[in-house]
Amino acid sequence: MIKLLEHFGNYLIMLKGMFSKPENGRVYWKEFIHQCYELGMGSLGIVVIISLFLGAVTTIQTAYQLISPLVQKYVIAQIIRDSSFLELSPTVVCIVLAGVVGSKIASELGNMRVSEQIDALEIMGINSKTYLILPKIVAAFVMIPCLIVLSMFLTVWGGYLAATLSGVMSSQQFNQGLVKDFVSFNLIFGLIKSFTFAFIISSISAYFGYHVKGGALEIGQASTKSVVVSCILILFADYGLAALLL
Amino acid sequence: MIEVKNIKKSFGSKVVLNDVSCKMESGKVNLIIGSSGSGKTVFLKCLVGLMDLNSGDILYEGKNVATMLEQEKKELRTQIGMLFQGSALFDSLTVEQNVMFPLDMFTKKSPAEKLKRVNEVLDRVNLKDSNHKFPAEISGGMKKRVALARAIVLNPKYLFCDEPNSGLDPQTSLVVDKLIMEITKEYNITTIMNTHDMNSVMESGDKIIFLYQGEKRWEGSKEDIIFSKDEKLNNFIFASEFLQEAKKMRMMVPK
Ligand SMILES: Nc1ncnc2c1ncn2[C@@H]1O[C@H](COP(=O)(O)OP(=O)(O)OP(=O)(O)O)[C@@H](O)[C@H]1O
Ligand SMILES: [Mg+2]
Repeated sequence: MIKLLEHFGNYLIMLKGMFSKPENGRVYWKEFIHQCYELGMGSLGIVVIISLFLGAVTTIQTAYQLISPLVQKYVIAQIIRDSSFLELSPTVVCIVLAGVVGSKIASELGNMRVSEQIDALEIMGINSKTYLILPKIVAAFVMIPCLIVLSMFLTVWGGYLAATLSGVMSSQQFNQGLVKDFVSFNLIFGLIKSFTFAFIISSISAYFGYHVKGGALEIGQASTKSVVVSCILILFADYGLAALLL
Repeated sequence: MIEVKNIKKSFGSKVVLNDVSCKMESGKVNLIIGSSGSGKTVFLKCLVGLMDLNSGDILYEGKNVATMLEQEKKELRTQIGMLFQGSALFDSLTVEQNVMFPLDMFTKKSPAEKLKRVNEVLDRVNLKDSNHKFPAEISGGMKKRVALARAIVLNPKYLFCDEPNSGLDPQTSLVVDKLIMEITKEYNITTIMNTHDMNSVMESGDKIIFLYQGEKRWEGSKEDIIFSKDEKLNNFIFASEFLQEAKKMRMMVPK
């Protein structure tokens, strides 16, 4: 328990230490763009695959469960749409991203710590937290919601493909369901979630990576820890947001 | 000039530096010698402020680091160049980008000027044609030299070198020693260098401080060191290659 509080305190100190005036805006901007590219490109493939399959599988399974003749076919499309916007894309994809992005950030920073690269930055008079962590968090804040929006569309599209190809329903029925009773707040809610999760993933993994002590073994441990902790926090936040905003 | 007053540093119950005081003069190569684990790296890191002290003071040109404002500390750090024991090059940057990094961060020079300066310092450490290689693609000795180039690219006032010649062949090692000595004199830099290489002690030490189990055991010039009667110091010196060298010389003298 005391350990937990200590971690939390250090985490806040790290976040606070991150905000200092950049020594040179251009270099920081370049680093930010680089991080955006790394993060976006590094996880694009997995997001595309996961989203398509999530959509397809959910469609088929929902159709399998909804056999009542009283329920119109288009309802399946509605279910896909809403579950994708509300839960599948933001939460499930972010949990995967916690693994992909989080472990990368943690191991990269951990390696820099262990090989004294962070010390080298400090010695040059550079605030290593600002230079290394801030661009990563901001990049995650920009890129992860983009990925999630992409994932929302791909999930629905995956559902569409599965529905039409397997003959569950026609494309007219699917489209009818897509637009019927569309609540735009669901989309906004999905976005709020993805911003929150983006912050959790990037800051937690940066925390564990930045504070590595020791050697290669500890880098591995830090990256595992960062994935586990971010996943748990994502689920907590997921519940919290749902209870709060819905 | 850097003044160190009674510094103490411990990790938990393990005392690594115990009441060390000394003065590091400008325009001189101040050597810290001592066997592995004697606290040399910790001493350097305390001096530059990467580690906090348990007690004691460090003064740069009479100014106490402990009472400096954040801004003053930042300014001081831009005047410090440091060569780490493990080189600490940025893995994601090429050799050229590594050396250019401090220039990018702290100067407003044009790209052409920066490149010129980078090539100048790389040239001085005898490294050509490796500009576009990544740290993972060059040898340990080359990394050391790139790191030295990065440390001196901004013309620092203080240069800290943690074992600059471990992992270098004797010839390159000598080149690096000479280079450090030259720039120290040329720009009147205060250089502090850790080493356990007696060749480099005899080559470049203006002032030598011997650390033994975290305490300053001996201090003096390279002329004095051979005549010192300190037992621990003698054990350290004559366990080194220098002794073998001396022995060889003796064997070569005709009877
Ligand atoms: N971060 C740390 N935490 C705990 N103990 C440490 C830490 N850093 C160094 N030490 C201890 O301090 C002592 C001195 O280490 P230091 O790295 O200064 O030795 P050194 O003189 O540089 O040796 P070498 O010549 O091998 O580099 C060692 O016993 C080491 O275990
Ligand atoms: Mg050392």
